[in-house]
Amino acid sequence: MHKLLIDQPGTRMVLLGNEAIARGAFEAGVAVTATYPGTPSSEISLNFFQMAQECDLYFEWSTNEKVALEVVGASANCGVRSMCMMKHVGLNVAADALMTLAYVGVKAGLVVLTADDPFMFSSQNEQDNRYYGKLSGLPVLEPSTVEEAKEMVGKAFEISEILQEPVLFRTTTRINHSTAAVTFGPITPRKRKGYFQKDPMNYVTVPAVSRALHVKLLKNLEKALELSENSPYNFVTGSGKWGVVCSGVSYPYVLDALSDLNIADRVQVLRIGFSHPLPTKKITAFLASCEKVLVAEEGEPVLEEGIRSIAQTAGLTLPIRGKGEGLFSRLYEFDPAGVRKVVASYFGIPYTPKQTVPLNDIPPLPQRPPNLCAGCSHRATFYAVKQAAAGKDVVYPTDIGCYTLGFLPPLGMGDFLICMGGSTSTPCGFSKATDQKVVSFIGDSTFFHSGMTGLANAVFNNHNFTLIILDNGITAMTGHQPNPGVDMSLFNLSGYGRISIQEVVKALGVKHVSVIKPYKVRKSIETIREALNYQGVSVVIAEEMCTLFAKSAKLLKARPFMVSDKCRNHRNCVNLLGCPAFIVENDRVHIDPTICVGCAVCAQICPENAIVPLKSS
Amino acid sequence: MSDTTRLIVVAVGGQGNLLASSVLGEAALMSGTPFRMSEIHGMAQRGGVVESAMVFGNAQSNLISDGEADVLVGFEPLETLRAMNKCNPDTLVITNVTPLPPFTVAIGKGVYPPIETIQELIRSKVKQLITLDATALAREAGNILAVNMVLLGALAQSGILPLSVEAIRNAIGAKTKPAFLEANLKAFDLGVRAAQ
Repeated sequence: MHKLLIDQPGTRMVLLGNEAIARGAFEAGVAVTATYPGTPSSEISLNFFQMAQECDLYFEWSTNEKVALEVVGASANCGVRSMCMMKHVGLNVAADALMTLAYVGVKAGLVVLTADDPFMFSSQNEQDNRYYGKLSGLPVLEPSTVEEAKEMVGKAFEISEILQEPVLFRTTTRINHSTAAVTFGPITPRKRKGYFQKDPMNYVTVPAVSRALHVKLLKNLEKALELSENSPYNFVTGSGKWGVVCSGVSYPYVLDALSDLNIADRVQVLRIGFSHPLPTKKITAFLASCEKVLVAEEGEPVLEEGIRSIAQTAGLTLPIRGKGEGLFSRLYEFDPAGVRKVVASYFGIPYTPKQTVPLNDIPPLPQRPPNLCAGCSHRATFYAVKQAAAGKDVVYPTDIGCYTLGFLPPLGMGDFLICMGGSTSTPCGFSKATDQKVVSFIGDSTFFHSGMTGLANAVFNNHNFTLIILDNGITAMTGHQPNPGVDMSLFNLSGYGRISIQEVVKALGVKHVSVIKPYKVRKSIETIREALNYQGVSVVIAEEMCTLFAKSAKLLKARPFMVSDKCRNHRNCVNLLGCPAFIVENDRVHIDPTICVGCAVCAQICPENAIVPLKSS
Repeated sequence: MSDTTRLIVVAVGGQGNLLASSVLGEAALMSGTPFRMSEIHGMAQRGGVVESAMVFGNAQSNLISDGEADVLVGFEPLETLRAMNKCNPDTLVITNVTPLPPFTVAIGKGVYPPIETIQELIRSKVKQLITLDATALAREAGNILAVNMVLLGALAQSGILPLSVEAIRNAIGAKTKPAFLEANLKAFDLGVRAAQ
């Protein structure tokens, strides 16, 4: 049995934040769930996916976040508790649906989880999605710990049902990827089927309907304000004339800072967990009892500006500070010492930071950036494209996935990246505004996510570029999730459809479509060269299963290669491919047989044919 | 802060840092010791660095700021050295001495310092350094992938955590697959002995 399905209230288990959230939603009776994977939210979905195979919970990998939200927006309006989860930038994709779903509302609880990523551990920006609460007029809940996340996600369904609106549940990496001991509660029975009660004058958002729905949304916001005022998630601890207001993971840092600085008895803390709408009365009363207030929040000054506005309305003139010089930064994530330092300096408490060890005598250390795996077919494709384009001035827009790592040396393939799917649309602009050749890269999952519309645009507007679709048969970067091109029998699952990328590309009107097997280096280079010479939109699909996935699915038996003594140290293998299986020792190249999977790409580019299969002796 | 023990574990993706952390979490749960943990593992399988922070005791935070680790465990010597910013002069450092050179070294973007230099640099900065060839000991235990278990053994034996050797050993039983259990326990015991 999946560990999160255990129906024994009181069980204590060590859980990752994302597991705790999945369990909390399950305890609350969530019945329909959908996602597009994205770090740091991915393990919530992974657990739902596994749990759904053992019970009647419905889970799906949707093609993108907008689709996921639309799926659960519909199920929640059939009276079935529903949830979708995504990384912060995924909510941008889903925002179109979100903004009007806020008008339409829901009949059963709908939780929209957005996992923000301060410091951008695995993201392209660190946008603060609390603004989506303000933008959409929806309530926002923010847990401060793993344990609280589990409880709060359950309450989020209740709040959603009271307000008949989706609730935004905003986490950050340090909630999703933290671990703590969590206590299981009882599991609310799931209501898996509901009924869609037709009500076009509230559901079909033509202007006349939406004018009325906007009035309803604003009325709901007043009701949400009452909930926020009385919410146990907005609470004050401690007493004193100094105040700290905080939310999310800042709260434990603030508690530790007050205790470390020995000022816990002089400072009261207002923790905001129900952060949109802000509890105006509670904040006013808190401000009125303080002489000065510090706002500790990661990211943008959302709380700070809200609190200052409340103070102004109440005619309170006490100092309220948060972001700024010598205070908190809008950049990156907080850490305990950083918070302690700001708290100490703001309240004038003497503070000596913990002594660090001197680091100035440490020589520059070689970096260890993440790298494409040994035998990754993307490396082979990048190499082949580079060879095929030799002598041409090429711009290489790229996209989001493992293959983004191709921009690093020695491959250096990747010139422009902003968002999912951008690699099929930005070439349209590049090829119109320059005479440089444009060759762009996209993965299979990203192609289904948002690459198809850009390609349709390219065909319709008759652009001139080559799109390389790196089809490794799985959504690799986020941990091997399925996508519409994946053979679901690999997961021992039946009842799924499967879409051929080649057929999609052809159906979109691309006239020059070719398929390569990237491990066949010479043939790949020839095929790509032809595509590059084509005037118009050409597509090359590079098909080879992700080695990491193939290994874990036991579909790949590694047959490592070795460098024989024919080697003349040209080092094309190391310098052009940069495969992590290469080791240079005593000025000689070796292949680590425990890492090499035997893709044989290096063997094909060695001018001396010195790389040969390692004989099993 | 005195009732709190802060542990940083650094490793290269694939070395089993996350399993080691989850063993410690399980041991803490079974011993009734409060703990919180945070990890960064987005690129764990792409050869990047994986760092876990574990806080045992009553502190609320689960991150460890620069200079605030009581103990640093490194599964790879270069990564141990790179994480020295987490240490203060009183920090205990436990490190494997077998290098896993990053691919940047192979392509000529950087030089891997001699292992002696790495050890001298670390030793000069902190109160105590425990070094062991965890890779060799894992091989001796019959599972080259059990480097994590060897280092857990050394960490357990150091006595710096509020967890007994026995509690951590039992947690290995709860967290590892039966097929690997014997080798893992042997690796753990070799780690315990190496740190004695």
